Amino acid sequence: MERSATSPSALTGAAKGNGDAVFAAIVRFSAALILLGLGGMVAVMAWGARGAFARFGPGFVFDKAWNPVTQHFGAAAPMFGTVITALLAILLAVPLAFGIAVWLTEIASARIAGVIGTLIQLLAAVPSIIFGMWGFAVLVPFMAHYVEPLASHTLGRVPGIGTLFRGAPYGTGFLTGGMILAVMITPFICAVMRDVFLSIPAVLKESAYGLGMTRWEVVRRIILPWSRSSVVGGVMLGLGRALGETMAITFVIGNANHIGWSLFSPGNTIASLIALEFPESAVGSLKFSSLMAAGFLLMLISLGTLVCSRLLLRTKAAGR
Amino acid sequence: MTTHPTAPAVQAAPCMSARWQGNSVSDIRRRMVDRVATGLCWAATVLVLLMLFSILFVLVRNGVGGLRWVTFVHVTLPPGQAGGLANAIMGSLIQTGLAVLIGAPVGLLVGIYLAEFTATDGKLINFVRFVSDLLLSAPSILVGLFIYMIVVVPSGHFSGIAGALALSMLVVPVVVRTTEDMLRLVPLAMREAAIALGAPRWRMILFVCLRAAREGVATGILLALARVSGETAPLLFTSLGNMNWSVAPGKPMASLPVTIYQYAGAAYADWTALAWTGALLITAGILMINITVRLGLGRNRK
Repeated sequence: MERSATSPSALTGAAKGNGDAVFAAIVRFSAALILLGLGGMVAVMAWGARGAFARFGPGFVFDKAWNPVTQHFGAAAPMFGTVITALLAILLAVPLAFGIAVWLTEIASARIAGVIGTLIQLLAAVPSIIFGMWGFAVLVPFMAHYVEPLASHTLGRVPGIGTLFRGAPYGTGFLTGGMILAVMITPFICAVMRDVFLSIPAVLKESAYGLGMTRWEVVRRIILPWSRSSVVGGVMLGLGRALGETMAITFVIGNANHIGWSLFSPGNTIASLIALEFPESAVGSLKFSSLMAAGFLLMLISLGTLVCSRLLLRTKAAGR
Repeated sequence: MTTHPTAPAVQAAPCMSARWQGNSVSDIRRRMVDRVATGLCWAATVLVLLMLFSILFVLVRNGVGGLRWVTFVHVTLPPGQAGGLANAIMGSLIQTGLAVLIGAPVGLLVGIYLAEFTATDGKLINFVRFVSDLLLSAPSILVGLFIYMIVVVPSGHFSGIAGALALSMLVVPVVVRTTEDMLRLVPLAMREAAIALGAPRWRMILFVCLRAAREGVATGILLALARVSGETAPLLFTSLGNMNWSVAPGKPMASLPVTIYQYAGAAYADWTALAWTGALLITAGILMINITVRLGLGRNRK
């Protein structure tokens, strides 16, 4: 912080009376940099994507092909993978995060909750590439040897939902990707939930317990209604993270440009597609432009989610 | 569960344990639902903790063998030649260091803007805070693409400085958040005292408020450092990686995460072993920073 202190004080040597004006200008300029950063990202993606959109039009979004030989590209498969893995992750992570948040705030004693809460938050600090390696070394073999054969022999025979669980047990695929993402985003969602749960006025809970409610009833009828919008905001925050996650998913998704209704089928996501294909595409080529277009779509999807999340979290904070 | 507490003569224990005596069917059902829910909460916690320990265990088991002297003094070499990670470690240090040098001052200034200029720029401030929060969770691979387009393509080559710039875009929002929060905790009386003594506003902000908040602000910078030191995606298309000793920021530069990424999927046992060692080093470093911060500062921020 000393560093930033030197530049304005040096400036005021020259403009003695204008210290405040100069400082305000510097500070506002920095704020403008933030706006420029995000705006620039969107603009640069759109600019890079213009070739692909000009060539394929809006059909790019719904086209399943990704064929460098015929120069035919579409974003449907990676978008499908992105959305499916993120939704699976949310499906798995929300109950986990909710359970942990309830455990931390209602069940465990304050001291133990402090320690365990810190451990859970440490999970959020682990870099995503580590999750990827762990997923590849531990989760993928586990899925391939135990979960997937078992599931396809039992659940796979059930008519209707059976399609979801059929397919070769590679171990990689949508479900494994979703599971890795779930482990990664659980601490984020849990942190939001825990903070709101702790902010509930104690009187509300005490009077509910006083009326003879069980713990679960208090959670269900007092805590959840009180914190609903923040909880949804936290879930959207997790969803936003899951959508843009790259390294972890690249290790376990299987990396096939493929739309499949089996949870075990390999696929890809926009982020993993970019990570794998971008180094092999020349600037200005149609493939390059298509990757930028996919990135642009990812930007739109994740920004949309994050905007919803922030709005939900903010309304609650303002209403408090 | 029935909608309202019909249980007759509930001797509600005031504590959390809900040991009341009702024995009607609805009471037994409520109790069972409560037990099951409690059990599931325990299960969720245990499951996620198991994941954490499994990750740490696998990292240590696979990575500890590579913690040898050569790993730290040798650069990456072709498979079978007993290479190390020296260039990657050095490159990571340079790039994260540069990223913090670039990103932290900007983040500080924006944090000051958000906390101290509300009176004049109210609406705009909310917008800037909103955008900064968006940037905090924006997909990091797109940050890499962005820097690729505006730095790597015009300059014609990958470079360590491009990698540092990409990382700095991730540093800024973290520092913004903590700086604003910490500045808001500085008591009004301190500001008034400074103004009353005739200090101009910028001096008040920098030498009174920021000074009072310095510990929290430093925490934010440390957390930002921890966050970017494991980032891989933004570096893939910016600093690219380098198999040789590389310290010139204008050239492609190796980094631990990218080296791990390249080595982890390789078919050579010594490369994958090095990848695990690198992963262990990074994770240990990041967790160390996080634990220090949490122990040192109690519960200022999550």
